[in-house]
Amino acid sequence: MAYRMVCLIKQVPDTRNITADVLREDGTVNRQALPAVVNPDDLFALEMALDVKDKHGGEITVISMGPPAAIEVLKDAMSRGADRAILLTDKKFAGADTLATSYVLESAIRKNGPFNLIFCGRQAIDGDTAQVGPQVAEKLDIPQVTFAEAIEFLDQDDIVIRRAIEGGFERIRGRIPLLITVTNTAANPRPPSIKRKMFWKKARTRSSVQSEEEGEMLERGLLIPVWGLAEVGCAAEICGFQGSETWIKNVENVKLTAHEPKCFDTSETGIKELINELINEHII
Amino acid sequence: MENGVWVFIENDSGTIADVSLELLWKGRELADQLRCELGCFIIGHQVSGAASDLIAYGADMVCVADHAQLVHYLTLPYTRIAVELIKEYRPGIVLIGATTTGRDLAPRIASHMRTGLTADCTDLQIGEYKFGKRIWKELLWQIRPAFGGNVIATIVTPETRPQMATVREGVFRQPEADPARKGTVVDLNPILTEQDLIFKIVERVKAEKKVNLKSARIIVAGGMGVGSKDNFKLVRELARVLGGEVGATRAAVDAGFVDHERQIGQTGVTVRPNLYVACGISGAIQHRAGMQESSRIIAINTDSDAPIFSVAHYGITGDLNEVIPRMIKAYKEKD
Repeated sequence: MAYRMVCLIKQVPDTRNITADVLREDGTVNRQALPAVVNPDDLFALEMALDVKDKHGGEITVISMGPPAAIEVLKDAMSRGADRAILLTDKKFAGADTLATSYVLESAIRKNGPFNLIFCGRQAIDGDTAQVGPQVAEKLDIPQVTFAEAIEFLDQDDIVIRRAIEGGFERIRGRIPLLITVTNTAANPRPPSIKRKMFWKKARTRSSVQSEEEGEMLERGLLIPVWGLAEVGCAAEICGFQGSETWIKNVENVKLTAHEPKCFDTSETGIKELINELINEHII
Repeated sequence: MENGVWVFIENDSGTIADVSLELLWKGRELADQLRCELGCFIIGHQVSGAASDLIAYGADMVCVADHAQLVHYLTLPYTRIAVELIKEYRPGIVLIGATTTGRDLAPRIASHMRTGLTADCTDLQIGEYKFGKRIWKELLWQIRPAFGGNVIATIVTPETRPQMATVREGVFRQPEADPARKGTVVDLNPILTEQDLIFKIVERVKAEKKVNLKSARIIVAGGMGVGSKDNFKLVRELARVLGGEVGATRAAVDAGFVDHERQIGQTGVTVRPNLYVACGISGAIQHRAGMQESSRIIAINTDSDAPIFSVAHYGITGDLNEVIPRMIKAYKEKD
C-alpha cells in the first residue's frame, strides 16, 4: 500500500549556538542576526516519512507556515526527497500561538486532501513547546504517537511504533490514520541530494516571479504554491495573533547582571584556599 | 468547584510522580490565594489508594478514574476523561507536569477546549493584566524561559478557560502530608470505547532510574569545555572524590559525553544541591535555570567573561585540566 503522507516543518532561528556576534551591547540576543534553519527535529520527521516512502511507496507533502522566507525550508525538504511543498503565508497568520497555528495547519491538511500519516518534529527549538503536533491531531480527530523513534511495523492500516519514555521505551500498536511526532533519537536524516538541491535552488513562489517567467517556472515544476487565509479557508479570527489565547504579558531579556564571585587563582595555593573554605563551611 | 485549581496526577502503577506532588504544593498556594478549591484527577489502575494521600498532600477533591486498561498512559482515553471532567467541573486553572506524558496530554486537552497552554513553566503566580482599557484580575501568570532561554516571558490566558500550563519537574517544593486533612473522593468508573483503545501498548521497557540528581548533595557537572567524552573522566573523578553525582549540560549530553539522564537545565533536571561545581560550562540561561538555586556554586572556566560566573559564588578562571586535579589533591590532603 502506498501512503499519503504530510510532513509539517518549521523554519527557526538557530538558537543552539549563540555566539558573541549576535549579542547586543546590553547582553540581550539579537534574534534577527541568528541564521534561519530547518527545525532540527523536523528533519527526523521527514526522514521517517521518506523511509516509509522507500519501503512502501507513497507521496510526501511538506507544509510549512511562516513568512515568505520559509520557502527555504521547503526547498531543503524537496532536496531530500519530498514530493510536494506548500507554503502557508499570510499576514493574518503572524503572531500565532500554538493553538492558532494548529488551526491553520489543520485547515491546510484537510484542504490538501486525504492522508494516512502526518509527521512532525517533537518540538521546535525556538519555542520548545512540543504542542503543535498533538493540537493538530486533536483538531483532525485522529490518534497521535509522540516522541516516536521508529516505525517498526507497517502493513495496510496496522502500525507498530517505538516511542521514547522517561528511562526507556514503549511499543505501541494501532491503526492509521495517525499523527506522529518524531524525536532526534530516531534514524538520522539523509542529506539532500546534490542534483535535487541544484534543481530546487531555483524554486520560487508565484508572487515572487515576473509574469514572463511564470509559464516556464510552472512547466519545470519550480513554483511552490502559497496558501494564504483565503486558500486555506479558515476564519481570520481564529488565526494568528487574533486567534491566540495565550497572550504575552511581558518579556524580560535575560541580562547578565554583574555579580562578582569570590575568585581563586589556579595555583595549588589558590585551590587549596578554596577547598579549605568549603571544608570550613561544612559544604564538603 | 468552578474557578478551582486542578492538577493532573501522573502515576506509575499508583506511585505518584514527583512533579504532580510539586504541583499540589503550588496548586494549594494558588487556590488559597484565589480563595477556591484545589482539585486533582488521577487516571490509572489500582490508584484508589492514592486518593487519601492526595488529600493529605493538600487536595480538597480527588477524581479517580480506575480501569485495568488505563494502567499506563494512553492518549485517547486519558484525553477524553480529562476533557469530560473539565467540562463538568469547569476549573479556572489546570496544571500538568511537563513530562513525556504531560506533554502528550496537555496540548490535546487545550486543543479540544480551545484554550491557551503554556509549556514548561518555571514559575506560576497570580496577578492582574492590563491590555488597553481592559483589566483582568487574578489571572494565572505563566512564567517560562523562551527563545532558547534568552528571555523570560510571562504569559496569560485572559479570555478562555481553563488557563493551562505544563510545569517542569523540580521547580516547586513537595508538600508535607497532613493525614488530618479532609476532602472528597469522586469515583468516575470510566467505561472505555473501542475508539479509546485504538492504540495499545504492547511492550514497555523502563530501566530503573539509576541516577538521582535531584537528591544529590553535591553535583559536579561538565559542559562542552570539558572537550571530549574521554576527558569527562576528570569530572567523574572529582564527583567520586567529593561523594557527589555527575551532571552535564544539554550540549555535553548531545555531544555524547554522558547519558541523557544526567542533563541539568531547562530541558533536563532542575537541581538545588549544597554544592554545584560547573566545569567548562559557559552558563547558557537554559542551564542556569536548572542549577542557579544551588546553595554554593563553583565555576571553573577559561573564559573569565563566561555567564556562569554571574551565578557563581566561587570563580576560578583557568583550565579545568589543571584545576580539577589540584582540587582533588587539595581535598585528599585535607588535615
